[in-house]
Amino acid sequence: MSRLEGKVVLISGGASGIGAATARLVVRQGGQAVLADRDEAKGRALADELGDGALFTALDVADETSWTKAVAATVETFGGLHGLLNAAGVGVRNSIEDCSLAEFRRVNDINGLGTFLGCKAAIPAMKQAGGGSIVNISSVLGLRGASYAMAYCASKGAVRLLTKHVALHCAQMKYNIRCNSVHPGYIDTPMIAPRLDQSIGNMSGRQWLEELHPLGRLGRAEEVAHMILFLLSDESSFSTGSEFVCDGGLTA
Amino acid sequence: MSGELSGQVAIVTGGASGIGAASAALLAAAGAAVVVADLNAAKDGIGRFVRHDVTAEESWQALLADVLEREGRLDIMINNAGISGGAGSVESTDVETWQRVQAVNAEGVFLGCKYAIQGMKRTGPDKSTSKGSIVNISSVAGLQAGAGSIAYTASKGAVRLLSKSVALYCAEQKYDIRCNAVHPGGVDTPIFDLLWQFMGRDQGKAMIDKRHPIGRMAEPGEIGEVVLWLASDRSSFVTGAEIAADGGITTGLMRRQPFVAS
Repeated sequence: MSRLEGKVVLISGGASGIGAATARLVVRQGGQAVLADRDEAKGRALADELGDGALFTALDVADETSWTKAVAATVETFGGLHGLLNAAGVGVRNSIEDCSLAEFRRVNDINGLGTFLGCKAAIPAMKQAGGGSIVNISSVLGLRGASYAMAYCASKGAVRLLTKHVALHCAQMKYNIRCNSVHPGYIDTPMIAPRLDQSIGNMSGRQWLEELHPLGRLGRAEEVAHMILFLLSDESSFSTGSEFVCDGGLTA
Repeated sequence: MSGELSGQVAIVTGGASGIGAASAALLAAAGAAVVVADLNAAKDGIGRFVRHDVTAEESWQALLADVLEREGRLDIMINNAGISGGAGSVESTDVETWQRVQAVNAEGVFLGCKYAIQGMKRTGPDKSTSKGSIVNISSVAGLQAGAGSIAYTASKGAVRLLSKSVALYCAEQKYDIRCNAVHPGGVDTPIFDLLWQFMGRDQGKAMIDKRHPIGRMAEPGEIGEVVLWLASDRSSFVTGAEIAADGGITTGLMRRQPFVAS
C-alpha cells in the first residue's frame, strides 16, 4: 500500500470522475494528492474526507496564473511536486456542421490549452524535485474519430500529440520527467451522465454506450485510476511518450 | 481546359506558396477551376486569387459566397494554410503563441471543413448532387513529436482527429463528401524560412534532409501529387485516412538512425 510513498501528485479535475478516483488511490498508496478543480464545494469535501494527505486548491485550467498558484500551493503545503494528472476536461457533442467557432475554442481551451499549461507549470517544480511523471487524459476519441464529437476529437488529438512533445523535450533536457497519455473509453463519470438517458434509436444512451465496448459495459473511474497509478509510480520508469489505452476493447 | 477534374471547382488555402501553390498548379493542370485563398497573392500565381484569412469566420463566409457566385459550385477543398509558430518547447511557449498557432492551424481547418461542406452540399444547375473531397494538410508532427513546436504539434494532432470526425459525419449524413489528412515530412517551402535565416539555407536543409530515411526533404509538388490523388475520384474509397508522405520518417528503425535528437 505504498506504491506512491513520498510522492506529491497534483490533479486537475480532482473533484470528480477519474480525477477523484485517482486522488483516492494516490492517498491510499501513501502519496499526497492536491485536488485542483473549479468545483470548490465538491473538491473541499473530498479533500476533507481524504484527510492530511489531501489538499484542495481552486483551478481554472485555461488560465496560466491559476496554474502557477496551484503549483505554488502544492509545493508550499507538501514540500514538492512529483506527479501531475491533467484530468480536467469537457465532453461536448457537436458535429462539423453544428459546432460554432466559440464552442470549438472553448473545448480546445479547456482540454488542449489547459493540458499544455498544466505541463508547463509543473515542469519547473518537478525539476526541483529531481524528476516526475505527467499523465494527460486524452480519450479513445484522440485515437479514433467520432461523427458526433468534432471539437472533442480535435482537442484530444492535440493532447495525444502534445504529450509526445513533452516526453521528448524532457528526455532531451535530461529532466527525469516522463509524460504519457491515457485513452479511456466511456467511463461512468459525471462527464457522460447527461448522455445516459438520451435514447439513440430504440436503445437508451447507456445501452448504446455499453455496446460500443466489446466488454459490454462502461468503464469505472477506478479502473482508469489504476492505470494512472502505474504511470505516476516508478513502476513505469521506462515508459514515456506513450499512449495507454483503457477502453474495454473499443479500439481493438 | 479538359482533364480529369474539368468542370470541378477547388479552393486551396495558403495557395500562394509552398504545398498550396504546388497543389493549385496540379489541380489546375487536371482541369479544375482553382481559387487560391491566401493573405497575399503570389506573383504570377495560378487560378483566381481571393484575399482570405482562415482564422476569420467572416472571411470564410465571404469566400464561399464569392466562389458559389463566380464559379457556381464547390467540389474540392484543400485546407493547407498553416504556420510553424517557431520552435517553442513546452517550457518556452507562451499562451499568445499557442493561441495564434491553434487559430491558423486548427480553427482555420475546422472552419475550412465547415464551409466546404456547405458549398459541396449545395446543388443547382451546375451541380446535381452533394459531393466533394476535403484534404487537410496535417504534418508528421501530427503523428509523432520531435518535428516542431509544442503548439504546432498539438494543432496538427487536432487536424488529424478532426479530419476523422468530419469523414464519419459526412458518411453518416450520406453527403458523398470524403475527408482525409495528409502528413508531409519536411517540405522545402517558406515554412522553413525562419530556420534558413537562423542556420543558413544550405546547412539547415542538410540537417532536415538527414532526418528523412530517404535522405532528403520533399519538393512541394511531391505533396501536391498526394493532394491531387485525394481530391480526385481515384481515391473514391478513401475517407478518414492518414496519408503520410514523409520520406519514411514515421516508418520505424534503421541500422543507421536518420534522426538523432539534438
